[in-house]
This record gives sequence, structure tokens and C-alpha cells, in this order.
Amino acid sequence: MTFIEYLIQQTINALSLGSIYALVAIGLAMVFGILRLINFAHGDLMMVACYVAFFLISSGIGFGPVFILSILAVTLLGILMERVAYRPVRGAPDVIMLLTSLAVSIFIQNIFIMFLSPVPRSFRNITPSFLDIVNKWGAVGISNINIVTIVITAILFILLTLFVTKTRLGTSMRATSENLIAAQLIGVHIDRVILTAFAIGSAMAGIAGFLWAARLGKIDPLMGFIPLLKAFVAAVIGGFGSLGGAVIGAYVLGFAEIFLIGFLPPSLSSYRDAFVFVLLILVLLIRPNGILGSTEREKV
Amino acid sequence: MSEFIPSSSPKARWTTAVALLVVSALFVFGINAYGKINPYLLRVIIVMGINIILVLSLNLSNGFTGVFSLGHVGFMAIGAYVSSILTLTLNTKALNLPDLPAWLAHVQMGFLPALLIAATLAAMIAFLIGIPLMRLSGHYVSIATLGFLVIVHIILINWTQFTRGARTFSGVLQYTNIWWVYLWILITIYIVWRIVNSPYGRALLAVRENEIAAYAIGVNVLRSRLLAFVVSAFLTAIGGGLLAHYLTSFSPASFYFTATFNIIIMLVVGGIGSINGSILGAVLVTLLSEILRNAELGITLGTIKIPPVYGLSQIILSIAFILIVIFRRKGLLGDSEIDWSGVFIKLIPKN
Repeated sequence: MTFIEYLIQQTINALSLGSIYALVAIGLAMVFGILRLINFAHGDLMMVACYVAFFLISSGIGFGPVFILSILAVTLLGILMERVAYRPVRGAPDVIMLLTSLAVSIFIQNIFIMFLSPVPRSFRNITPSFLDIVNKWGAVGISNINIVTIVITAILFILLTLFVTKTRLGTSMRATSENLIAAQLIGVHIDRVILTAFAIGSAMAGIAGFLWAARLGKIDPLMGFIPLLKAFVAAVIGGFGSLGGAVIGAYVLGFAEIFLIGFLPPSLSSYRDAFVFVLLILVLLIRPNGILGSTEREKV
Repeated sequence: MSEFIPSSSPKARWTTAVALLVVSALFVFGINAYGKINPYLLRVIIVMGINIILVLSLNLSNGFTGVFSLGHVGFMAIGAYVSSILTLTLNTKALNLPDLPAWLAHVQMGFLPALLIAATLAAMIAFLIGIPLMRLSGHYVSIATLGFLVIVHIILINWTQFTRGARTFSGVLQYTNIWWVYLWILITIYIVWRIVNSPYGRALLAVRENEIAAYAIGVNVLRSRLLAFVVSAFLTAIGGGLLAHYLTSFSPASFYFTATFNIIIMLVVGGIGSINGSILGAVLVTLLSEILRNAELGITLGTIKIPPVYGLSQIILSIAFILIVIFRRKGLLGDSEIDWSGVFIKLIPKN
């Protein structure tokens, strides 16, 4: 494999990994931008989508309907989460909201552990088999799952951008994220905006869950934790609350991770998740508000 | 927040004295029955005592400075692993950790020096990571300290030469008894109380309430937070060392997310920013988890046998937690202390 081929191969891998992080990070950033809530239960939505698919697939309705139903299910779960747990603590100190979402996450994970056992289950027979095919171009091997991941993410970005800039609800969302109280004063229906943010974020997390599980080939009740942490890092690197920042942060992280594995001696590659957090601390040292974070000073 | 209790006021003295008394009473009860006490009950009391230390030290950093760390269990892990490596007998070391470097393989220390070395190491690490982290505001610091926990976890799993990796670290001598726990609870309460009721502690509270105003009147925000973080890491590592020398075997999974959540529940239930609250929270949640743990393992009610249900205790704890933050957001005590002075004035004859 020549150096150029190596570079192409790794770039595709990094883009695909970064795309999954971006899908998770967007939902986090959207909710954070409006509510200043860091949603720890966001990663569990990935897991729930996969489990719903796991049990629906045996009904024999085919992958398409199963996929749509699973995404629908997590969208509803996201809305339910907001309604039951987050709305009552809305406006509470940031720490209280963060801890509430931590409790919601522990709750969901343990419900699945209790009823379905913590044993991992295979996800191989659920996603269409063409995803596992590896296309060879010279020494470069690109599996279909990587291509599908990148393409789906790109389409979702375009749709989301159109939604946020061209529709009334999207504009309301931007206004709310700019200033919640002012938005309310000019007649924006806050509850509807927040519900929409949770719905979109949850659906994207569900899609990311499918892509993540298709890469790993198995699912378990705690599978959402690592991608969630990575999405946190991505969102923080990008500047929490900014959608563009979250996407940039996610790809920075994807590239950093893939190229770290490439350059680190094999004995250190199992430490790669630790390096991800070292990277986070380094970025925060230089830019305490992230790459695209506003440097606006707090008014007294 | 509610009004401060100035350290010179009798109220503050009473409050702390009574906090000490409550803990003492608990332990006198345990110790009196030491010979004949049900070993299970003794175990619950010791675990409760260690939890009191952990929650109090977490409160020092999270309750009084407003910097909410999610990574304290990382310091607990450092305390547990380092102190255990130092106290292992040479035979156990040769058997369980054959690849230790020579300078460690031939060392076997007493319990107290091992604890102190481990805690000092944790405090030094807290100092190093604290310098960049304490500058960050609210959310960023929570995520970054969570990152610290993940880093510690990954190192524990991969540094098999020192930690046996993800496998159980066993063969630790059971040094921790009720006396050690008692001693460290007293030290912890004293340190936290002294810090909170000092000019320095006032600076911390000022920072928590309004960072910019505190800065404007000349409080060194970074230094105040850093000192609280470092002291808190030291005490947390002591708690971890005590736990390790009580359980005698543990693994990296013992010091991860579940532990973090359980300690935070204790802190929030009691009331963030209250010393009495920390003790109350630790006592209540330890008892509740103990009951739930038994339920989880399956109960036999007459002829009906309820099978084990794993995850049940965490489900109930998380529901309880959500209900508390919705209906009693500041915890049972908020950030005030229990005013016991009234009770005691009645008991003590006026002179």
C-alpha cells in the first residue's frame, strides 16, 4: 500500500467515524443550545433504536419498515423523556439538569439490563447484508457501511440546514437558542420548539445507533456510552451549543482518532480513548469555549 | 442560598459538634457491639462510614465551589489501587503482579503510610489537571472531569503490569476496620468544616454565588477552586483506599459510572453544600441501596421465591433521584445545616 492509498483509506475511515459522532453531537448541541441541558440519556436513544429493531425484525416485515418504526420509537422516547423528566426541572441550575439526565440514562440502561439482560446480542442479521461488502480499489478497501454512513450523514445535514434556515419552526428554534426569554416574548411557542429539538435529536441519535451497531455487529444496554462521550467531546471542542461547531468537532475527533491509531505504536493503541480526552483538555486549554464557541463575556 | 453560619457563632459550633456526635453515636453503637454484632450489620456501617467520607469530600469540591466534578471516582480509584499495591504482601505480589518493577516488587508498607502516599499522589494529579480545568465554567468542567474518569479507567484496564487490567485485583489485606473509618470521618469533617468556615471558605462561597462579583472584590477564583479540588481529591483517595482495604478485591469496574452516580445521589439527596446533609445523604442512600441490593439478589417470601432482578436497585435509585430534584430540588437540607442548638440548650442547664 502506497502512502497515498493509506491516506485515502484512513480519510474515508475518519470521515465515516466522524459522521457518526456528528449525528450524535448535533442532537446534543441542539438541546444544549436551547435549554443549557447536557443530555446524558442521548446515547441511550442509540441503544433503544437498535433493540427495537432487534425485536421487530423477527416479525418479518423487512428492514425498511423496521428501521422506520425504530426511529419513530426513539423519537417518541425522546419526547417522552423531555415531557416527564426535563420539563419539570427546566430553569433549574445547570448542574441539576445535568444530573437529572444522568439519572434518566441510568434508568433506561438498567430497565434494559433488568428485562433483557446485559449480554450483548448480535446485530449481524438485522442490517442488510450488502453493508458488509468491501469494495476494493487497488489496495484501498472501503466497506459499504462506510459509504452509507457518510452519504446518509451528508443528506441529513442538508435537510437539517434547510429546516433551520428556511422553515418557520427552524427560525423559531434559532431564535430560542439565541435568547429563550426574548423568543418567548415575541410569541415563539417554546414548548413546541423544545419538543422539535428533542424529536430531531432523538431521530438522529437513532440513525447513528444503527450505523454504530452495524460497524460493531453487536448491541448491548451500555453501547451508547462511548459514542455519547465522544459526542460530548466533539460538541465541547466545537463550542457547545453551535450546530456547525458540533459537526466540525465531530470530524476533528474522527480524524484525530483514526490517525492516532495509525501513528501510535500498537502497544499504545488501546489507550486511544484516553488520548481523545487529552485532546479535549488541550483544546480547552487554548480555547476555553471551544473552536467556534462565542467569546462573549458574561454581563454583570 | 440561605444565610451563612459565621464560624464564630455558637450555632456553627453546635452544628458541627452535633454532626460529630451523630457520627460518633453511630459508631459507638457499632463498636459496642463489635464482638457480638452481626457481621452483616458491621459491614453496612463500615460501608456507610466510607460513603460519608466520599460524599463529604465531593461536597467540598462540588457543593462549596460550584465546580461540579464528575470525575472524583477517578481519585478514589487512584487511592484504592496505589495503596493496595503498596500494602500487598511480597508473596501475593509475586503471585498476582509478577511483572512489577523491582523497586515496587520488594516493598510492603503499613496501612497508614500507604494511604497517605496514595492520597498525596491523587492530590498531586488533581493539582496538575486542576490548573487547566478550574478555569473552565460549569458544563465544560463537568465534561472534562468526566474525561479524567475515563482516562483513569482506561489506564487501569490497560496497565496490566500494575493493575491486573480488567481482572479482579485481589489478595489485599483487610486493614480497614471501624476504627480507621471513624478516625478518617472525624478528620474529614474537621477539614471540611475548617475550610468552609475560614476566610478562604468564604471566598469559595462567594465564587460559587457570583464568580464575577467575587473576582471584583479581589478573590483569586482559580486558586480558591484549585485548593478545594486538591484537598477534596486527597480525601476522596483516602476513601478509595479504605474501601479497597475493606473489600480486599475489586476491579476497574468498581470505580466507574455506577459508583459516580451513587455518590452523587448521596450528595444531592442530602443537599449540595451542607455538611450535615452529606452525612444524612450517605446514611440514607447506603441503607436504601443495601435493602435494594438484597431485593435484587432475590427474596424468599414463605414459599414464594422471587428470582434475582439485576438492575432493580439502580432503577429505583434513579427514580428516587428524579423525584427529589423535581419536588425537593435542594435536597433534604438544602445548603443549610441542621440547627441542633435548640435541642441542646434544653438539655444543658443554664448557668
